[in-house]
Amino acid sequence: MTMIRVENLKKSFGDLEVLKDINAVIEEQEVVCVIGPSGSGKSTFLRCLNRLESITGGHVYIEGQDITDPKLNINKIRQEVGMVFQQFNLFPHMTVLQNVTLAPLKLKKGDKAAADEKARQLLDKVGLGEKAGAYPGELSGGQKQRVAIARALAMDPKIMLFDEPTSALDPEMVGDVLEVMKQLAKEGMTMVVVTHEMGFAREMGDRVIFMDGGYIVEENVPKELFDHPKEERTQAFLSKIL
Amino acid sequence: MENIINALPYFWEGLQLTLYIFVVAIIFGFAIGLIVALLRLAPSKILNWIAKVYVDAIRGTPFIVQLFFIYFGLNMLEFISLDRIAAGILTVAINAGAYYAEIIRAGIQSIDKGQTEAARSLGLNATQNMRYIILPQAFRRMLPAFTNQAIISLKDTSLLSVIGIAELTQQGQIASSTTFDYFSIWFAVGVIYFIVIYLLSLLADFTERKFVLR
Repeated sequence: MTMIRVENLKKSFGDLEVLKDINAVIEEQEVVCVIGPSGSGKSTFLRCLNRLESITGGHVYIEGQDITDPKLNINKIRQEVGMVFQQFNLFPHMTVLQNVTLAPLKLKKGDKAAADEKARQLLDKVGLGEKAGAYPGELSGGQKQRVAIARALAMDPKIMLFDEPTSALDPEMVGDVLEVMKQLAKEGMTMVVVTHEMGFAREMGDRVIFMDGGYIVEENVPKELFDHPKEERTQAFLSKIL
Repeated sequence: MENIINALPYFWEGLQLTLYIFVVAIIFGFAIGLIVALLRLAPSKILNWIAKVYVDAIRGTPFIVQLFFIYFGLNMLEFISLDRIAAGILTVAINAGAYYAEIIRAGIQSIDKGQTEAARSLGLNATQNMRYIILPQAFRRMLPAFTNQAIISLKDTSLLSVIGIAELTQQGQIASSTTFDYFSIWFAVGVIYFIVIYLLSLLADFTERKFVLR
């Protein structure tokens, strides 16, 4: 089943055209990694998938629903699409547990005991069960990002978007976060991951998309894209980073 | 000294009125400020403009002119009839509201936009984001500025004496002009204001510590 379909997506910031003509299809349970130089539009592409950026042109369908349709309730769609940010964006005035339970309590109207119970399970899953009562300010970067993943998972999303989830982390913290993401991939989560972690892309990606200058230049299974890139720009990029 | 002791019951009466006007006006002022700040940040250009005109008009005119306009000016309109106290409260509230609006707007804008993005990406709507994520964080940052403005508003109530409201300063006027003991009376009135404002800032310190920034 197709989870995400992107047709002729365009995005401009004023006169600056960041996404020029993006077409992509992401199937259920697929893990798609998006790589490319900075300024290539990869984060903007990701942020268009839950309309965190307003879309200038084209269409994005999430499970068949056109999110560029102004009549659509985007908040409903966003409940199905979790997002993890480079800067974590935890809510600093709430405990870890409150961070995770906020959206389910306010949006799903479940009872608090059940939401707490589920949040604790998710925190255990990301290895932070004992931090439920802590505030984000008391956590390391890697711990914050794992809480952010648990927070997104609390809404039972069908798709998870990751926007450079390990780029702001100290190197020794990266492994823990990638481990959680791998676990999620193995469980069959549909994932779109903008990343500089080529190791993760190669190991976990079902497909890798290389973006440059607002276009998808090349996409392929990781082995092919990394070992036998067809396009010159892909080759140039890979030769710089590998 | 005797003059002060004789005046104390009147001071007490005046102080009660001062505090009553202050408390009511500050509550309305805060509500006005919150609404105006949200209008200022709303997606509609017209609403932004209305809010900006209000803030500019209040900031750009003296308090006493606002008071005269509301008490003498508005009362010329047939369908409006404000007594002194209502006009006084209204002026302090409208005046403080403009400053509160700016404090609240700045506080809201000081919160990292990643907070809004995280909240919206979870499916919270704009109102829920404001209520659960932005305002609680912004409120903590606004507290010192709120205290400042509250103290200014409290002192502004002394200007209400010019329309004959029998608040603390007006009681001071009466006491000093009947006893001619200007030194003692005005010194005592100053001490009373000082004590009230000092207690107010202690309360603010306590609140700030209670809502410590994390």
